[in-house]
Amino acid sequence: MKKQKLSSSSSSSSSFHSDRENSNNPFDALSDEIVFLILDHLLPRSLDAKSFSLVCKSFYSIESLHRRHLRPLRTRHLPSVLSRYPNLSRLDLSLCPRVSDSTLDLLSSFPSVSPSLRSIDLSRSRFFTSSGLSSLALRCSNLVDVDVSNATDMRDAGAAALAQAKNLERLRMTRCKMVTDIGIGCVAVGCRKLKELVLKWCLGVGDLGVGLVAVKCKELRTLDVSYLPISNKCVPSIVKLPYLEDLFLEGCYGIDDDGLAVLKDGCNSLKTLDISSCQSISHVGIPSIGSGYASLKHLNLSYGIPVRVFKVTPTLADGLKKLSMLQTLKLDGCMVTISGLKALGDCCASLTEISLSKCAGVTDEGLSFLVTKHGQLKKFDLTCCRKITEVSIAHITRSCTALTSLRMESCTLVPKEAFMLIGQRCAYLEELDLTENEIDDEGLEYISRCTRIRVLKLGICLDITDKGLSCIGASCPELIELDLYRSAGVTDTGISSIARGCPNLEMINVAYCNGITDTSLAALSKCSSLNTLECRGCPLVTSVGISAVAVSCRQLTKLDIKKCGNIDDSGMIPLARHSQNLRQINLSYTSVTDVGLLSLASVSCLQSMTILHLKGLTASGLAAALLACGGLTKVKLQTLFRSKLPHLLLNHLEARGCTFHWRNKVFQVEVDAKCWKLQIEDDNTVE
Amino acid sequence: MKDLKIDTEDNLHAEAWAKSTARNKLPKHVPPDHPSQYGNFSLPRNQQNWVDPSVPDHTLRPQEPYEGFNQPSENQSNHPHNPSSVQDIGLQMNDIIEINKILDWDPRTMLSNLSFLKQKIHQLQDLVDLIVGRRSPTMGRPDELVTQQQQLITADLTSIIVQLISTAGSLLPSVKNSLSAAGPSIPAEQLGQLGGVILNTSSSVNAAALPLSSDGGTKVIADQPNPVDPTSHLVIEHLDEHESKDEEDVEDGENLPPGSYEILQLEKEEILAPHTHFCTICGKGFKRDANLRMHMRGHGDEYKTPAALAKPHKDTGSEPVLIKRYSCPYVGCKRNKDHKKFQPLKTILCVKNHYKRTHCDKRYTCSRCNTKKFSVIADLKTHEKHCGKDKWLCSCGTTFSRKDKLFGHITLFQGHTPAIPLDEAKGQAGPSTQGETNEESHKLGNMNFGFASDGEVQDLMEDVKGMVDEPSGYYSPLTFDSSNFGGFNEFPRPSFDDPEGAFSFLIPGSCNYTRKSGGESTSTNNLS
Repeated sequence: MKKQKLSSSSSSSSSFHSDRENSNNPFDALSDEIVFLILDHLLPRSLDAKSFSLVCKSFYSIESLHRRHLRPLRTRHLPSVLSRYPNLSRLDLSLCPRVSDSTLDLLSSFPSVSPSLRSIDLSRSRFFTSSGLSSLALRCSNLVDVDVSNATDMRDAGAAALAQAKNLERLRMTRCKMVTDIGIGCVAVGCRKLKELVLKWCLGVGDLGVGLVAVKCKELRTLDVSYLPISNKCVPSIVKLPYLEDLFLEGCYGIDDDGLAVLKDGCNSLKTLDISSCQSISHVGIPSIGSGYASLKHLNLSYGIPVRVFKVTPTLADGLKKLSMLQTLKLDGCMVTISGLKALGDCCASLTEISLSKCAGVTDEGLSFLVTKHGQLKKFDLTCCRKITEVSIAHITRSCTALTSLRMESCTLVPKEAFMLIGQRCAYLEELDLTENEIDDEGLEYISRCTRIRVLKLGICLDITDKGLSCIGASCPELIELDLYRSAGVTDTGISSIARGCPNLEMINVAYCNGITDTSLAALSKCSSLNTLECRGCPLVTSVGISAVAVSCRQLTKLDIKKCGNIDDSGMIPLARHSQNLRQINLSYTSVTDVGLLSLASVSCLQSMTILHLKGLTASGLAAALLACGGLTKVKLQTLFRSKLPHLLLNHLEARGCTFHWRNKVFQVEVDAKCWKLQIEDDNTVE
Repeated sequence: MKDLKIDTEDNLHAEAWAKSTARNKLPKHVPPDHPSQYGNFSLPRNQQNWVDPSVPDHTLRPQEPYEGFNQPSENQSNHPHNPSSVQDIGLQMNDIIEINKILDWDPRTMLSNLSFLKQKIHQLQDLVDLIVGRRSPTMGRPDELVTQQQQLITADLTSIIVQLISTAGSLLPSVKNSLSAAGPSIPAEQLGQLGGVILNTSSSVNAAALPLSSDGGTKVIADQPNPVDPTSHLVIEHLDEHESKDEEDVEDGENLPPGSYEILQLEKEEILAPHTHFCTICGKGFKRDANLRMHMRGHGDEYKTPAALAKPHKDTGSEPVLIKRYSCPYVGCKRNKDHKKFQPLKTILCVKNHYKRTHCDKRYTCSRCNTKKFSVIADLKTHEKHCGKDKWLCSCGTTFSRKDKLFGHITLFQGHTPAIPLDEAKGQAGPSTQGETNEESHKLGNMNFGFASDGEVQDLMEDVKGMVDEPSGYYSPLTFDSSNFGGFNEFPRPSFDDPEGAFSFLIPGSCNYTRKSGGESTSTNNLS
């Protein structure tokens, strides 16, 4: 539809230039509102909107009026951008390396922006201070949503500045470590309409701050106080929040069974409770959850109980029985017993999601019992449950036919025959993680029957080859993500069939599949949605392959070509020219030199570069490249460059918002996949 | 010699007190034959008991130099105040006492004396009632009438006191007799004989009484050391309650039915007297009986006995002691007994603190902050301990020494919010300054002087001292107008200890000043 419209509009664009009321233009029949409605359907792909706006002046102005969301790369052009889009309501500055107070002042004093702006994301921005926030909060009176996560320099004054945004409903302050109770107190008093508050990792905030928030912000729906040094003292006030639905208490060591007991007395509206990593909560306290939260839907008990023993006592069973609405249960990292799993099977309502990741003690017997009781299961995480065998898989596949996600990384005792069962019975699978499993081509052939599969992880599956992969490519057209990390049996044939059969592929990892050549990349260039390509350690890949990908895959944002020694500057130039969305690149151990690096400067999105062990790189070339890439936020370099690069330059780059990571790794010689796996196993046995 | 004489007489007086308490178990408060009339009777009686003699006494006392009390062993210097205080009455009294001393103690005489006293007190009470009743409509009356009335009452009261003392004095010889029978060694003091007797009495009676009834014994100890000041009776009896500083808080929980306690009311002058416990030997004054007892050890070994040093405690024994509660003399006060919703005060200390806090000027000003004023010196001292340390600040200007108190305050009051102290600025300003200047310099060269728009200048300055102007920004958004920069340079940067410190952040100028200076420093940095 879009193409149709575009073509028709371009055909008539000549008559369009001067006057919109020209009757020759078929688009005059459409009111702006109708075009807006059409545009609403376009938006997820930002490039489409861009091409639309480039058609003609009329479309340009329509698009300008229509756009609500903006995610600029630099703040430099903000003035012109802001005057172009008068109806902006959401501004995401997380891609801007540097958002200073002047930017925020500019924003907030912009006459068209200040009344319409409702949401701003500063989560990765730095350099703004409380005064910038203050002018933002004061002038943009309709601001509802602010994200200042990772503002590790922000202090109470910053929080107090935010508190002036009286209409704030959503505030995320993850990792604002310098903010204390005082700052949070200001927020609590100032932002009375808050519905969502995230204080995760705000280590300066304690009982007093959280208590005050709970007293003052009665509208709160979501409260995340994970990893805060709070104790039972603030729990009574949290309990009194009338509408609280989601409560995250992850890693709150100060909250123990008593606190949990208080918690259960209120919070009838609670739907999500996360008490993972709460070391002070024991299995004694957990039963009390059951008696309190009738409406609880999601419960996370991961890594909680001190000895990591999930003992299922009769009281606990009773408690869980009362949670009739429970849908999700996470027990990651708990030591579960057979009886525990059986009790879970008996006493929980029918769950749709269970996570037993890294639970020691999960055995066939317990698991089989559990799954027979939870036939509605949709998501099942068995990562690193190393004791289970085909018995479990047989039970899972028989009972849980509606399964959409199965994660069983490193379930090494499951034999290859078991995967046939998965393919035969779980027709609705969308996500399957078989990393480090014994699956072979025959298994993959069966897996290919899961035609809805979107995410398939086959890393370190040494037994799979092109044959199996071709089956996947032939019958899984929905595949979006494919991980073949160190699955060295895969070569060009397999990748080509995937590229042919899965046009929606967005991510592919062929790292250390050393049989891969340019042919694969040329095939992958047909996947126009590809945004992440990882082909580390593929020595046969050359600049030709990279060029093919660069030219066709315009969405490419992440590229890892580490240890592809045959890639040189000639690969970088097409990349620089075509991949204008590239944000992250790893060039270590390639043959790229100053020229290639410098050419990348034309990729305006480029934010992160890893440049280790580039033989052809000189200090001056590097300096020029760094200076030319204006948007860099993270650069990984070898330590020796630290002394070679002018100090002033480094200071300047840091002031622009770039951080440097200095590495001093020695050059490593690559080994083949089987060797690598043996090495890993040796290391494990030594440990 | 005159000194000595008065001293003697004074001690005699004391002995009378001591005796009456010891023997009769507080006969002055609890006349056994009139238990039913308690409510009416006790009040004026008590007033008369210990209010009046002290009126002249205490009004004079504060003028005396303290040094006079600081000579523990100089007995000659003791009671320098007494000549003036009890002089008039004392001379009469002396005569009566002399007469009574000769007589043996006769309970019937005592009874008739007491009933006579009762009648007189009733009369006086009526008179005072009359005056009180008339007072409100006659507010405009000339002072003359009031003084006349006062004189009248004073005269009546004086005679009652004289009567009472003489009655009590009749008990004296019997005590003396019992003492001489026991035959204690009289300490070689330079005191007059009677003084010595009294001192001795206390210890021996005490020792004798303790095994039988510790109540009587302790009462004697309690009463003995400070016969001059009748207030001490009450203070001592409630010594254990001295800790409760906040009389009002302590009091409110209590709900005694009216009439179940005895109401005592001190006069203003008495309340404001600095000390309530006096050494009978050297006259040194103390606020606490315990301190007096410690002091007494210096006067001889007999004060070092455990019994003498023991804290006088109430006996839970046989005879129920009527609870005493206190009334504030300030008419119209809720703590005044005539108030409709009268709430009595628990101890004498409560009375004192209440009266000073509520009805007196706040004379003591904190020397550090010069803002906080107190009428009770202990409150000032408590404040001084924390003055300047109140780092927890509310937007209303109130400071708190504890964070939880601040948060309690904020929880309680709508619209109040925590305020950020000024000195928080340092931390954040650093890195942002650097970043800003570097980038700007890269872009614009010597940009600080190239700036044209206010916005950018401001931006830079706010970057530099972002935190400093924060509070001001909070209170007045206008501070961001660059027009504020100019005129306020003379404002010194307010330090946090500033007396007006709590409000200093409200002055936008002061903050702008710092911001400006910050901006200048950056510009110089960039030049170099």
